[in-house]
Formats: sequence, C-alpha cells, structure tokens
Amino acid sequence: MKLALRLLAREWRAGELTLILSAVVIAVAAITTVSFFTDRVHQALTTQASQLLAADLVLISDHPIPVQFADRASAAGLMLTRTLAFPSMVVAGQRNQLAEVKAVSPGYPLRGELSVSRTLFGPAEIVNSGPQPGTAWADARLMQMLGLKVGAVVEVGQANLTVVAVIAKEPDRAGDFFNIAPRLMLHSDDIARTQLIQPGSRVNYRLLIAGDARQLAAYRAWAEPHLSRGERIEDVRDARPEIRSALDRAQRYLGLAALVSAILAAVAVALSSRQFVTRHLDSCAVLRCLGASQATIFRIYLIQFILLGLAASAIGSLAGYGGQALLAEFMRGRIVDQLPAPSLWPLLEGLSIGLLLLLAFALPPLMHLKSVSTLRVLRRDLGMPRQMGMASYALGAALVAGVLIYRAGEVKLGLYVLGGLLGVVLGGLILGLLMLRVLALLRRRARGVWFYGLANAGRRRAASLTQIVGFSLGLMALLLLTLVRGDLLASWQSSLPPNAPNRFVINIQPDQLSALQQFFRRENLDEPILYPMVRGRLVAINARPVLAQNYAEERAQRLVEREFNLSWADRTRSDNHLVAGRWWRGGDAPDQFSVEEGLAQILGIKLGDRLTYEIAGTPVSGHVTSLRKVEWDSMRVNFFVIAPPALLQAQPATYITSFHLPPGHEETLNRLLRQFPNFTVIDVAAIMRDVRAIMARVSDAVTFVFLFTLLAGLVVLYAAVAATRDERLYEAAIMRTLGARSKQLAAAQLIEFAVLGMISGVLAATGASVTAFMLTQQVLHLPFAFNPWVWVAGVLGGMLGIMLAGLMATRSVLRVPPLGVLRSLS
Amino acid sequence: MSEQVIVRVEKLTKTVAHDSGALTILHDISFAIKSGESVAIVGPSGSGKSTLLGLLAGLDTPSSGAVSINGESLFVLDEDARAGLRGRLIGFVFQSFQLLPMLTALENVMLPLELLGGGNARHRATDILERVGLQQRMRHYPKQLSGGEQQRVAIARAFVTQPALLLADEPTGNLDSTTGGTVIELLFALNRERGTTLLLVTHDPALAQRCGRSLNLAAGRMLEERA
Repeated sequence: MKLALRLLAREWRAGELTLILSAVVIAVAAITTVSFFTDRVHQALTTQASQLLAADLVLISDHPIPVQFADRASAAGLMLTRTLAFPSMVVAGQRNQLAEVKAVSPGYPLRGELSVSRTLFGPAEIVNSGPQPGTAWADARLMQMLGLKVGAVVEVGQANLTVVAVIAKEPDRAGDFFNIAPRLMLHSDDIARTQLIQPGSRVNYRLLIAGDARQLAAYRAWAEPHLSRGERIEDVRDARPEIRSALDRAQRYLGLAALVSAILAAVAVALSSRQFVTRHLDSCAVLRCLGASQATIFRIYLIQFILLGLAASAIGSLAGYGGQALLAEFMRGRIVDQLPAPSLWPLLEGLSIGLLLLLAFALPPLMHLKSVSTLRVLRRDLGMPRQMGMASYALGAALVAGVLIYRAGEVKLGLYVLGGLLGVVLGGLILGLLMLRVLALLRRRARGVWFYGLANAGRRRAASLTQIVGFSLGLMALLLLTLVRGDLLASWQSSLPPNAPNRFVINIQPDQLSALQQFFRRENLDEPILYPMVRGRLVAINARPVLAQNYAEERAQRLVEREFNLSWADRTRSDNHLVAGRWWRGGDAPDQFSVEEGLAQILGIKLGDRLTYEIAGTPVSGHVTSLRKVEWDSMRVNFFVIAPPALLQAQPATYITSFHLPPGHEETLNRLLRQFPNFTVIDVAAIMRDVRAIMARVSDAVTFVFLFTLLAGLVVLYAAVAATRDERLYEAAIMRTLGARSKQLAAAQLIEFAVLGMISGVLAATGASVTAFMLTQQVLHLPFAFNPWVWVAGVLGGMLGIMLAGLMATRSVLRVPPLGVLRSLS
Repeated sequence: MSEQVIVRVEKLTKTVAHDSGALTILHDISFAIKSGESVAIVGPSGSGKSTLLGLLAGLDTPSSGAVSINGESLFVLDEDARAGLRGRLIGFVFQSFQLLPMLTALENVMLPLELLGGGNARHRATDILERVGLQQRMRHYPKQLSGGEQQRVAIARAFVTQPALLLADEPTGNLDSTTGGTVIELLFALNRERGTTLLLVTHDPALAQRCGRSLNLAAGRMLEERA
C-alpha cells in the first residue's frame, strides 16, 4: 500500500497521470451533468404536466376516501386538498339543466391555474382558490343553457347559491369531452346544505396530492396495495393520454441522452487506460527485474487505480454538479421558471460509474501488465503482451453493458442501443480492417505528406482499429441522439399543427347536416367533416356475456360499464393505421367491426371475435376484422369501434364534428348556438394551449440536453485523441530531426485524422441509422424517417470533429523541442 | 579538403530549471569544426555530450551563446527554419536508432528525401540501403530487424540526403562489439565516400581514436582539445 501510494505520488509529480485522470474527470463530469440535468428537467416536466391534473397524484374513489390516505400523505409532508363531483339538476327560475357539480376544498388547485371572468365571455383573471361558501361559479355553457347572468341565484338540491363568476379555465377539466355535462363549482362546506349526497349517490371523490417526486413515488408505492374496490390512483400519465405519450417519449429521450454520455465516457476511459498501460510496460519490466512478484505488481496498480478512480470521479462529479447548475441558470425560464433542486443521487452515481468504468477498462490490461516480459528492459521492442488486443476489453464491455442498461432506465432501450453498439464494434473491426488494407494499397501510390498521413492512419493495426472503433462509437452515439431528436420533434409538431381542431360540436341531428354545412360556408370556415355516432353497450364477446366482474383491471371494468360511441365509415382515415386484419370493401358482408388496438388489448378482444352491442334495445353483432392504431394525441374525433355503414346506418344516430376556430372569432359560436339550440359546443382551445405549451417545453428540454451531450462528446473525442499523444510526439520529433516543417507535420496529421474520421463517420452513420430505426419503431413508437444526410453529417462531422479534436490534443506536438521528446519517450 | 568552417560554436551555455535551483549542463563552450573533419566528443556520463550534440542539430535551444552551421546562425531561426536547415545540411544517427515503427526500412530512408520534396526518393533510398547491405530487408518493419540492422537503416537514412554534416549520438551504444564494429566501419566508409563532416558523441575510446580529433567534456565544461 505504502509503495503504491509513493509510486502514485511520484507519477503524479511526473505528470504521468494527467491524461487518464482528465479522461475520467471529463467522463464523470459528462455523465453527472447529464444525469443532474435530466433529473431536474424530468421533475420540471412532470410538475408542468401535473397542471392538467391540478395535482401530481390523485386518489379517486366512488365512496368517501378512507382517512388513512390523507393522514399518510400529510405525514409524508405532501400537500393535499379534496374535490367531489356528482351530476345534479341546477335550477334557475323556470329553467333547469343537468350539470356536473364539483365541490372544492381550500387549496384547490394544487397545480395549474384556475381562472374566472366576471361576465360571460369577459376577460379572465387567475384566482388562487375556489368559490367562497354560499357562492358558486358556472362555466359558459351552463350560463348559456340556464340564461344566467353573474349575480343570479341557482338552486342546487336544498341550497341556494349566488353565481359570482364564470369559469374560464379549470385545470383538471378534460378527458371524455362527449360525456361531460356543464360545470357548476361550489365550496365543499356547502355540500351538506344541498343534502344531495345520499347513500347510492353517484359521487366522484378525489384526494389531490402534490409534492416532492420521491415522496410521491414512495406514497404511491404505499397506497396502491391499500386501495380497495372503487378506489384508484392516477398521475398525469394515467389521466391524460394526450400528454402521456409526449412525456414518455421525452423521458426515454433523456434516458438515451444519459446513455450516450455513458458511452462517450466509456470510450474515453478505455482509450486512455490503454495509453496508461502502454506507458507503464517499462516500469513493470523494471519492477520485475528488481524482484517484485507478479502479485505485488498487480496489487500496486490496483491500489493506484482505485485511488485514482475515486479522486477523479469525485472531481468529475463535483464538476458535473457545477456544470448542470450553469446549464440550469442558462435555461431559466425556458423550460419552467425555476428548475426543481437536483437530488444528490447523480453525485453518487457519477462516483460509482467513474470507478467502475476505470476498473473495467484498466483491470484487464493490468492483468497483462503483471505478465510483461522482463526482457523488455533489454529489448524495448518487446511490445504489449500478446493478449492485450480487443479481447482485453471484453470484461470492460460486459461491465459497461450493465451500466448502460442501468442508465437507460429501461431494459428494452438499453438493449437496442447496446445491440447497435455491438454492431458498430463488429462492423468497425471488419470494415476497419478492410479499409486499412485499402489504405496500405493507396499509400504505395501516395507521395509526400499524403504518404505519411496514410501511413500514420494505417499504423499498427490493433491501435488503429481500437481508435476507429472508439471514434465510431462516440460518433454513433451522437448521431443517434440527433436522429431520434429529429423524429421526436417532427412527431410532436405534426401531432398538433397550428390549425388543429379546437372546438367539438356534439348532438347534431341527421336533419341538421346540410344546414350546418351552409352555416360553415357562410362563416368562411372550412367545411366540417361530420362523423355519425351511435351509442351502444357491449353485451357479449363470442356469445359470452360481458360483465364488469369478469375483468381484473379497473379500466376494463369502467369501459364495459358505460356506453360506447360507435361510428360507421366506408374508408379508413389517414390518422388511423391498420395493425391487423383488413378494412372492408364493397361487397363484403356488413357484420364487421374495426376495433382500436388498445381497447382490444384491455378487453381481450382478438381478430375474428364476434362482438354484440345493444343499441336502443336491439342487439347488433359483427366480427372483428381489423385492429386500428389511433393517434389519441391528435385531438381529432376518433372512435374505439367502427362498422361498415350498412351495419349501423339504420340505428338512431347523432353527428359529431371538430373544427378549428381562429382566435377572436368566438362570436361565431353564439350565432351557431342561436341557429342550432340543441347543439353542444365543447371548447378545447385552453386545453390545447396547455398541451402545446408542454410539448414546446419538452422539445426545448430535449434540444438543450442534446446540445449539451454533443459538447460532452467533443470533449471526449479530444480525450480520445490525446490518448495517442505520446506516439504522435515521438514520431513528430523524429520527423523534425529529419527536417520536417510544422506545415508538413500538421498536414500529415490532418490527413490521418481525416481518414480516421471518414472511416469512423461511415461506420457511425450506419450504426446510428439502424439503431434509430429500431428505437423509433420498437421503443418510441414513432414513424421513422430515413435520412440520407446522416451519412454526410457522419463523414463530415467525423472528419471535422476528429481533425479539430486531434489538432487541439496534439498542438503541442508541433511546439515541443524534439530533443526533450526523444529523451523522455525513447 | 576545404578549410572552410562548417560548425562554429560560441560561448554556448545551457541551463535548466531544477527543484534545487538552476542546473547548468553546459558552460561557455566554444569551438569550430572545419569541413571534412571527423571529431569525437568524449566525456563521462552526464558531462553534457548529448545535450551539446542536440544543440548543434538545433533540436533544442541554448540559454545563451550561438551555433552556426555553414555560416547560418542556428538560433536566430525559428523551429521550422531550423528543421529546414537540418533537412538540407544535417544527418543524425541516434543511440536508440529512432526509426518510425509504422514505416518499412525503405520508407524510413525515403522519409527525409520526401520531406525535402526531391524526386527519385525510392531509387536513392534503395541505392543506399543496398550500400549498407540491407537489400534483402527493405520491406521489413523496424521491429522485424535486429539492433545492428536498425542502426544500419538509421545510418542510411542519415546519409541519403547527402548532408554536409553528420551528427551521431553514441551510434554503437546499443550494440554488441562485433555489430558495433561493423556499424563504425560503415559510418567511416560512407563519411569518406561522401565527403561528409562527422561529429560523434562516444564513450568508446577506440571509436574516438578513429576520429581526427576529440573534444573532451567534463561537468559541462570543455577540458582540452586532443588532436
């Protein structure tokens, strides 16, 4: 131990440790910065999205929520409040209307904004809490339906309440637009006075919870096993499908970025460990001549590496902490006003990953170091021990695979990226060997600096291959991040274009269709697409009755308990993709259904099953002949189940449409309702604004993390090139002694870097394309856009990046006097 | 032979920083060498012989003093210009050969010619490798050659540009006496054939004896000149 420490101190003084130390520091700094940052961004995005739930977590129940749930949340330091909602008639003078009455407790909403206006369609203002006892707020629809003005008194059960405001935006109002009644909001203290809650009342009780992400996770883990029948717990992902896919994809992307930073780190550490071991061959031979046993040598270096790894990882982790703080400061107000404080977990993570990487890549060559031939003291040309080729990286690779899967946060994501990396390593070896052959042929024809550039690139094969594989892996990781980011942003942009529908109209009667179309023409609006809607209850699958108690999953139970909205259509729509079976054609039997794949999965419906719906008291049956994938986040009208026109046309139907109403044209809606008083208009503009804002912020976050990882990648490429600095210094010194000028040396080096960059670029682009294809298809579920530019970017980026990193890492090669170099390195 | 001075050294001093203060490796060295001479620099280990040779080749810079080669003052030139001058005028043979590992014997010898940009490099390099007896080994890499063979490649590389001045640092230091003897014979034979000025650093009294005169260094000072 003492000897190891003494030797370490000496090596430190001699500057021998600088490179390996800086590689580990950079690697760990990159990993921890990305970790810290993605951790904070993820927390921020979840908080942002939680506005659509008015809380981070909601416990929902059809009976009063047992007190233990609130007690436990309070004890954990979480914020909470309650709401309850039920359908009830609201009476105003002679008119009455069925409304969804919602009572809120102080503190509501925990997340998001509640805003009201003082007159119908008046300017909205944000408020901090719900209505005061004795007062109520109504939404615009209820105001219109009851002909209310602010200040009017309404009866709810036995209570009289004064309507003092119009609800402009209620954060957690969303979901199933077609089934919701207009809203009346009141204070929870007034519920008792209404005397509406009786045994058997259909009441939806909610406990809203918000707070620290880890506390919430712990709370949810505790609560879930304690839920009894009729109780469930949801976060924004469960409650808002249009947000879920964006958040999930963003989270996976952040996982990918974290993964990429780990790959870059591994490459840098692997290359610099190799350089360290090469430099220590002599010392080992001498130590053995001086009587050190193999075990002693192994122990000395093992201790050195552990100490080195700890020190470098600690410095790197702290640097990472600082880096992300700077990044967060720079981004303030772009993702959210204030990023939540980082947790300290990434610090520990960086420390252990740094140490693990160092040992993974340094230990195998170390095992060989101890077996270095003592003859090396006599004959320096006895180079690396034989086995120290790519094989010695096998253990390192296995450990890194573990780290990668852990970092990805998802086995599937980790495995796909790992598969891509493995492909690049294998391809790198094969293609690299092939290209080096070609280079060897080319160099015979080349002259001058070209000759030396090519000769350098084609130097000892193992070293060149290691470098090519290293560069390719780093580049591939960066290209992969670029490609996936492009696909992700494109899918977000296309899912909610600026003219996406923001109003739904329901309850359109068949005899009103042509009048409605004329209305749209008169108002200069695009003619609406009208979808027929037939309501029916699913009563049998393959003649077996459908009963809620047959399903274990609560969502399935809820689905079969309510009526479905069925529709008919001749053709499939462009935003619906068939995933199984085939769409009907003219001449087919009419008894067919096309079912949304998610619904089919939940209810256990398979292609060929016979479904029976009860529509207005009549059974209607058909076989499932296709399964469809529906983009729910597109905000367009969609149906779980569609049939050919012939099957449903005779059933009682209403129509539904969605359209885009440009801002400032709200008066159109009043004219619409005057002409068609039976219509119900549902306004989703505010919700869409929220969704769009969240998507934009998720895109920003993805871009920032991407740019940062790119930067880390360049730094790591630099470290990788610096790993060959000694050889370059030595060769340059000889060339200088023989009369080479700086320009000639620089040109030879540039040619070498360019060739290495080109080979690596081709490999990296291929690997990245294949992996991106797999990821978008299998993990992110996005359409994959084949992008030929990735090869151009890969080759050019590879050449320029490696040339730049190479020149930076080796600029001293051109400056140091040759004598000193020859003395220290020969 | 011409009486022209090819190397002039004036008050050359080299000091390096050290933990215990400045360490002077060379003190105030002055001498001149005429064209066609063969001169040995002798002295015990650490006397500054190799440092002196490195300075004469412009591979390092002195703390004070001047060196001129063929009338061109070395240290008023920048590193690139010195490299150019080396390419034109100076050949160098190292104790540890210093061949580039990724190049074959032939390519190593072609290197200085190609750096100068002259034509016919392959032909001239082949000729001189044949002259040093390595016609069978031209396509071999340094690690495939014995020490003696490597040094012969290094000598061929040093002579291939027809330098006016050949500097050799312990050229036999890494070789056994028989091989060393062969290498010395070769060095002096080429020196005669090509009319080169030879300046070599050596421990070996026999080698020093074969030179026209010796410069004796001890602790960085020039003691005497022995003809």
